[in-house]
Amino acid sequence: MRFSGLMRAVGLMPAVWFAGSLVAQDNTELLNRMKAMEDRIKALEAEVQTLKGQQAAAAPVAPAPVAPPPAPVPQVSQEMAAPQQLGGAGGAAAKALNPDISVIGDFLGAVGNPANRYTPSLEMHESEVGFQEIIDPYARADFFISFGERGVEVEEGYLTFTSLPAGLQVKVGKMRAAFGKVNAMHNHVLPWTDRPLVNQNLVGGEDGIDDAGLSLSRLLPAPKGFFLEGTAQLYRGDSDGVYAARKRTDVSTVEHLRLYRDLNESTNLDLGGSFSRGKSPFADAWNQLYGFDATLHWKPLRRAVYRSFIARSEVIWARTAVSPAVANPFAPGVPRSIITPFGYYVSADYQFRRRWFIGARFDRSQRGACQPTFPSTTTPCNLPFTSLVQDTGGSLLVTYWPSEFSQIRGQLRRTRYGDSSTTNELLFQFIFSMGAHGAHPF
Amino acid sequence: MKSNRTIAVLAALAASAGAHAAGKTNVMSATEDLAAIAREIGGDQITVDSIAKGYQDPHFVEPKPSFILKLQKADLLLVVGLQLEIGWLPPLITQSRNGKIQPGGLGYMDMSQYCQILEIPQGQVTRAMGDVHPLGNPHYWLDPDNGRRIAKALADKFSSMQPASAAAFAARYADFDKRLTEAEKGWQAKMAPYKGRKVVTYHRSWPNFCERFGLNVVEYVEPKPGIPPTPNHTLDVINLMKREGVRLILVEPYFDLRAPNKIAQDVGGQVLVLMPSVGGVKEITNYFQLFDYDINLLVNTFQKYQ
Repeated sequence: MRFSGLMRAVGLMPAVWFAGSLVAQDNTELLNRMKAMEDRIKALEAEVQTLKGQQAAAAPVAPAPVAPPPAPVPQVSQEMAAPQQLGGAGGAAAKALNPDISVIGDFLGAVGNPANRYTPSLEMHESEVGFQEIIDPYARADFFISFGERGVEVEEGYLTFTSLPAGLQVKVGKMRAAFGKVNAMHNHVLPWTDRPLVNQNLVGGEDGIDDAGLSLSRLLPAPKGFFLEGTAQLYRGDSDGVYAARKRTDVSTVEHLRLYRDLNESTNLDLGGSFSRGKSPFADAWNQLYGFDATLHWKPLRRAVYRSFIARSEVIWARTAVSPAVANPFAPGVPRSIITPFGYYVSADYQFRRRWFIGARFDRSQRGACQPTFPSTTTPCNLPFTSLVQDTGGSLLVTYWPSEFSQIRGQLRRTRYGDSSTTNELLFQFIFSMGAHGAHPF
Repeated sequence: MKSNRTIAVLAALAASAGAHAAGKTNVMSATEDLAAIAREIGGDQITVDSIAKGYQDPHFVEPKPSFILKLQKADLLLVVGLQLEIGWLPPLITQSRNGKIQPGGLGYMDMSQYCQILEIPQGQVTRAMGDVHPLGNPHYWLDPDNGRRIAKALADKFSSMQPASAAAFAARYADFDKRLTEAEKGWQAKMAPYKGRKVVTYHRSWPNFCERFGLNVVEYVEPKPGIPPTPNHTLDVINLMKREGVRLILVEPYFDLRAPNKIAQDVGGQVLVLMPSVGGVKEITNYFQLFDYDINLLVNTFQKYQ
């Protein structure tokens, strides 16, 4: 048993020696490897020091750009090297996609005798809230909601397709129609506190032709230096005092041709011709409007902040179907006739200081003697229903801009209405703007 | 006769094809400064035109329809940004019917994104501060370093639009960079003796210029940005200038000189009409001449008040 134990021990000896030699060999290799790694670390440390030195030397010569290029291609190695930003943007970042919001207040006061057309002595005439934003790469949207003392309405709310081929532009929504100049203007960009008599009498007053529809416009070929734009618009056919649609086919249309030219760098001339057609609100027949507008604009570039002059005029003819039954003009058998009132205004504004403007306007416009007026009159109609009467007015204006965002205006207005009443009024207006209200087209 | 007419029509059509037929990139810029740098980098491989003239206030440009015609044909629109053009450029872009240059489009470049911007308001911003730019001061092109950054961004952009000419654009940028570096040395050397000089400016048009060339703006003729001088503020400016020994009032060419002249008269100083843009006067036709003109004018005036 002992012998066998000894023999077993002797037999195991080569195995122990072999195992010991293997361990010794591994240790040598391990030491070699550790030595190699140590050398490699030293080499890397030296390399890092060299790079740091180079970077420090290069920094003053080539400062890092403040802003990166707009669309850098991410590099994996750079991402690994740069500290990672964890988490997304803060909640406030989502507001970046909110539309531009603005509010424009229009406070109006009146002193004097309004004759038979009452307007309040003091009123918050309009508060216009605007929302404007790019919708997607192809379109933008503009909403203007008007809060007045008589209610709230969407003054305009439309989508504009900005990237159509062939130089086309399409608008869809509710819009002020491109009929002449004044009809397309919001109250706060008018050069007066009111709208001219011709717009009051023939183009629907303050609301004007403002309807839901489609607008297609295109820049047309023209001789060099001329801007020629054609616009065609299709509306539902409902605009107070101008058109009334009683069925789906009673749509109204507006066509406008605009010709513009720079006479020199300070002076330009803007001409327009307009036509519109829709169903008359006064009889079961059509109402047609023809208009011509001209604007001469002078603003010397070197003194653009201090001096400017604008002369403008619009001439409008109407061909309106009327009936004697104002209460129910569309009843079967009601006779109808055509009246053709005509009107115009001529206006001029001169800026003589950075904040000061003076202006004048002359108005003359016919109207159907028995048709509603803007503002409405209390004078009864004792004339034949096809009669025309003529209103004539004149205004002097002074405007003061405390800043770009507020405006104070006074308007001395004398009007002789066709029913022989004459008014002398002093109108005063405060306009103030807050928020990001987009610029209006020229 | 008939063939002559045909040739004339073809010639007219060829002429109307213009820049596109020659494969050039049609660049429109909001101001002449950006146009001048684009011209340096693009050379004859681009056509460049600008909307605002160098002698007009870039805040108040009329969005005339004639600009729509130019924008309609543009491949690339360069804007200063930081709301400098907010009062006139957006309706022009919308009416241009040009999808390429709409904000966010490949042909729309806001150059402020590449530049060092100063006077970025901190905290609450209100209109009580005047016509402030909530995103920072937009007159950044008046620092040559920003001019260099704009040039680099344009070289990259032109290269992406005309890859075949990338080498030419890179070479033009390198040349521009070299010439600008040399010119900067000269401008800095001229201005070095006057480092720290106190001045008053009409509007906040000069922070980048003054920081780069070591001038110290102590007050403005405008009580607040965009607000015309008031008698009280004018008196305050006069008192401050007397107290601090300030003699020079820097005014942009489009502002009324009455208030600055009155102040200068009271303090025994001088009004200097500096040009903030290329094209401000006839002799400034490129970006280098803009700094040459302004720095020479400043140095000559400082020498009078040694």
